[in-house]
Amino acid sequence: MIILHANRKLSGANGPFELALDLTIQKGEMLALYGPSGAGKTSIIRMIAGFLKPDKGEISVDGETWFNGGMNLNLPTRLRSIGMVFQEYSLFPNMTVRGNLTFALPKGEKESWVDEMLDLVDMSAFSERRPKFLSGGQKQRIALARALVRKPKLLLLDEPLSALDFAMRAKLQQDILLLHKRLGLTTILISHDFYEVKKLANRVIIIEEGKVIRDGKVDEVLRDPFQ
Amino acid sequence: MDFTPFWITIKLAGITTLALFIIGVPLAYWLAFKPKKYKVMLEAVVAMPLILPPTVLGFYLLVFFSPENFLGAFFEEYFNLRLVFTFEGLVVASIFYSMPFMVQPLQSGFRSVPETLVEAAYSLGKSTWHTLVRVILPNMSGAILSAGVLTFAHTIGEFGVVLMVGGNIPGMTQVISISIYDEVEAMNYGLANRYSLILLIFSFLTLFLIYLFNYKNRKSLSFL
Repeated sequence: MIILHANRKLSGANGPFELALDLTIQKGEMLALYGPSGAGKTSIIRMIAGFLKPDKGEISVDGETWFNGGMNLNLPTRLRSIGMVFQEYSLFPNMTVRGNLTFALPKGEKESWVDEMLDLVDMSAFSERRPKFLSGGQKQRIALARALVRKPKLLLLDEPLSALDFAMRAKLQQDILLLHKRLGLTTILISHDFYEVKKLANRVIIIEEGKVIRDGKVDEVLRDPFQ
Repeated sequence: MDFTPFWITIKLAGITTLALFIIGVPLAYWLAFKPKKYKVMLEAVVAMPLILPPTVLGFYLLVFFSPENFLGAFFEEYFNLRLVFTFEGLVVASIFYSMPFMVQPLQSGFRSVPETLVEAAYSLGKSTWHTLVRVILPNMSGAILSAGVLTFAHTIGEFGVVLMVGGNIPGMTQVISISIYDEVEAMNYGLANRYSLILLIFSFLTLFLIYLFNYKNRKSLSFL
């Protein structure tokens, strides 16, 4: 279970505002953060990852405290069990596809797990290629596999599919869903795509100006814009 | 033609480059990623040798390195090392003199590595050191090459600092630029010309190779 109780001052296009969260996320949930640009969605993910320090509050995952303002505790990113996929792929250009995954492998883990992950995202045939010789969709599949090599408790996806075309998006949505279920992950996904949220998430939170406007099951919270 | 001044120069430039790389990487990393107080002042200090007349820098180093003064006495007492009119002194002086040529390219190299690559490495559970060695440095190889070659080449061309701190001791501190000056003084223009020509060709080739490498590197990076 993830407890996310944090505040942080942010500056947006309409001036400063405060991100104020009080959420509990159950293990195995696929939570979508939905809302306009600049509402603070990425800041939420960055706070969980440890890249952005909340002004106050507490973040804990499965009983382990990652941040506690009162106790002045702020666990460094590398000690937080997360997998993160960025919009801009962020694969290491100096390593091959396999190198990128092996880099993420914790000490003592068997390399056969890398092969398994490559198989899961259907990229074994490309393992010796450099990232620059891959398409956008292939890069993002590798980024997803790399994020999961260390078997994190929490998968953070920051608009991972927004740069991809429709067909590739559909394929990757399947990959995300499959991996989420197979590895028993808790996943937080930022998306602007209504259908993507509907397809992937079982809970959605609408954020505006740093505040949770609505929170609930996808069907209850979101209404199809074309109906 | 006596090649000793060349060997002394190359040895000096090689050791200086290596030492400056070891000092320059953490310094440039700090300047690039930790914009805290004192940063501007430190940047100005690092850049000083770019505009300071080498004789001024050499003069102060000569004073500080003198066994009469604290720093010189400290090195002599604890390391049995005399820094005036010795090769070791030249190395230390060159480290100060060539510092901006190592630190500035490395600093812009550090800034050129996309932040998300660094964040991706941290999110994969890697330490700052691991990220530096495996992700950041390999992705700024152009900047490392520029920094190394510029430092090496700049040290080769030293004159004022070397003359002040090292004197002009043949076989010990007489580097190539001072040899040229000596030969001109003695009106041996032929030898001065040969020495100079070698330095001229070396300088051109150095810069040509850096630009060529960086041009090719930029082309390959544009695929990303």
